[in-house]
Amino acid sequence: MYYAKRIGQSILVFLIAVTVTFALYRMLPFGPVEMLKIQLMQQFIEQGSSPTPEQMAKINGMVQTYTGIDPSQPWYISYYEYIRDIVLYQDFGRSIFKQEPVFTILFKAMPWSIFISIYGLALGTTVSLLLGAGMAYTEGSRFDTGLTIFSIINTTVPYYVVAILTLIIFSFNLGWFPSGGRMDPATTPGINLPFIIGVVKHAALPVFSSFIAGFGGALAFRGNCIREMGEGYIRVAQLRGISKGRIAIRYVGRNALLPVYTSIMMGLAGLFGSSIILETIFNYPAMGYVTFNALLNRDYPLIMGAFIFFTAITLLGILVADLTYGIIDPRVKGGSNREAY
Amino acid sequence: MRSIDDSLFTRTSDVPALTRKEKLVRTVDRSLYAPLAVIVRDWRGLIGGTIIALFVFFGTIGTSLVDKPTMMEGPIFLSPFTNWEYPLGTGVMGQDILEQVIHATPAMLQMVLAGALLSVTLGTLIGTVAGYRGGTTDKVLMMATDVVLTIPGLALIIVLASIYQPESPIVVGLILGIDNWPKLARTIRSQVLSIREESYTEASRIMGLSQFHILRKDVISNLMPYISVNFANSARLIIFESVGLYFLGILPFTTLNWGVMMNEAYAGADLTSMQEIHWLLVPMALIMIVSLGFILFAQALDRIFNVRLRARHEKTAGGDAQ
Repeated sequence: MYYAKRIGQSILVFLIAVTVTFALYRMLPFGPVEMLKIQLMQQFIEQGSSPTPEQMAKINGMVQTYTGIDPSQPWYISYYEYIRDIVLYQDFGRSIFKQEPVFTILFKAMPWSIFISIYGLALGTTVSLLLGAGMAYTEGSRFDTGLTIFSIINTTVPYYVVAILTLIIFSFNLGWFPSGGRMDPATTPGINLPFIIGVVKHAALPVFSSFIAGFGGALAFRGNCIREMGEGYIRVAQLRGISKGRIAIRYVGRNALLPVYTSIMMGLAGLFGSSIILETIFNYPAMGYVTFNALLNRDYPLIMGAFIFFTAITLLGILVADLTYGIIDPRVKGGSNREAY
Repeated sequence: MRSIDDSLFTRTSDVPALTRKEKLVRTVDRSLYAPLAVIVRDWRGLIGGTIIALFVFFGTIGTSLVDKPTMMEGPIFLSPFTNWEYPLGTGVMGQDILEQVIHATPAMLQMVLAGALLSVTLGTLIGTVAGYRGGTTDKVLMMATDVVLTIPGLALIIVLASIYQPESPIVVGLILGIDNWPKLARTIRSQVLSIREESYTEASRIMGLSQFHILRKDVISNLMPYISVNFANSARLIIFESVGLYFLGILPFTTLNWGVMMNEAYAGADLTSMQEIHWLLVPMALIMIVSLGFILFAQALDRIFNVRLRARHEKTAGGDAQ
């Protein structure tokens, strides 16, 4: 029941996101669809003739290939067709600037985005959980105070400032890491050492920046650990002679993780959005970078497609996190039995 | 044995009526002096409050005290803290960086206020109504909250910004505030769920007070800590996001602000030279200082809304609060 509800909810959110893009496209006065139509009509007018009904049909057809929306139809029919194209045929329209299907462009760029985002998140979460636990176990020590101050200062620094500073220090000044691209152009892609080293070198700074950005969980985990350590059942476990390691992992760690787990899931939603800023700073040609260039070129089909893509990946990530939540917390059950006023 | 007239239910209290002056003194003491005293006596509140006060001061009056930055008013790329006529140094066109920073503050202030107010209002309204009403209203509102929570906010903001091309800082703030409210709505809802079961809320309901009255007096007054802390947090997030978007050039450059300054410095300064990099570092440092101010202030606000702590600083409070 819980799983069915979660999956159903994800599908609903996806459909709502698609509806939002449709509404932005079609419903706004002087929205992207209308602007595109006006642009195409102007080309005809410049050629000396006002468009005939035949040419108008051609213009509408062109608008449809670009955006997936036929402006001459009533909105509910074009809405139905828009959703059908996206869900059944993965047809997100064509990029105006690159003259390629939006889906192909984004699908090629997507793995690279996921690559740096997931590594950043995984590294950031693991390290901050370990440090949080370490701080809780050495509560009040110099290690604890020092890291607490560091974490507070860390939350005042936006991740793109970290990105800019690391880029300036390690790339522009020291020259240790490249300042753009995602692989070494001199190597051949495949499973060979120079290529892999190139990829790792190019990804190092973006991953480091998103690692710093995802570091904030340490303080919350520290607080949870300290609270759990004061509970009665921990004392009982100690009296029963259970080993320290087992108490730390199975008793304290697992219970302290529950509240943090949800905030990690929430972090996912922010993560892929922030890749637009990070990838642009690092000139890392993946989804965020493609989106940014589409913004500069006012390439609306690509922008909207990227938004749907970002939503889909985020939803998938959150869904996986949600479905695995049952493993660490067996009590999950939906619904409540409160009375309504 | 007491007489019937003296029983618990018929006794009336004989508190002397306060004069107008006494009432005024009490109001000032309770709503102004005590919170200020709590803030000032906490070092976090003192530092955070000072930073925010300065931020607001430069955002409102400060611009009229300082000249507008002009081209070639000083030497090119002067390092900071070397010449006190230009305390923070100068940029590529010889413009005074301190003046630039100050004249960029009003736009930042408007963005922060508009965005944080929007997200706090939306979050409180939706969270309270959903938690208090329960039933279908709750389900629908929480569904909407979950939807906004899972849609990648920054991507949506960027799409909106690219279509609307907002020019006024207030509109930018409002757009940025769109994705900040769901967390607050969820926290508030769970708080309201426990408040609605409290005996005083139950009493108000039995007394037949209007729902609006109950929500305002019994529910929202208990939520102030969450609301104000969230205000400070979303103010910080809005500064982060707006500066990031201006830095990349996604938002149109209509007003001078810290993001625009960073953008110009990133493009215009030689980033390997220690002589020029301060142009980029000054706005960065400001963002960090202001967000530190908001974080510290949010932590101090926690203490203001702690009733016992506040009573200790009230002069007019009596009884066991001492």
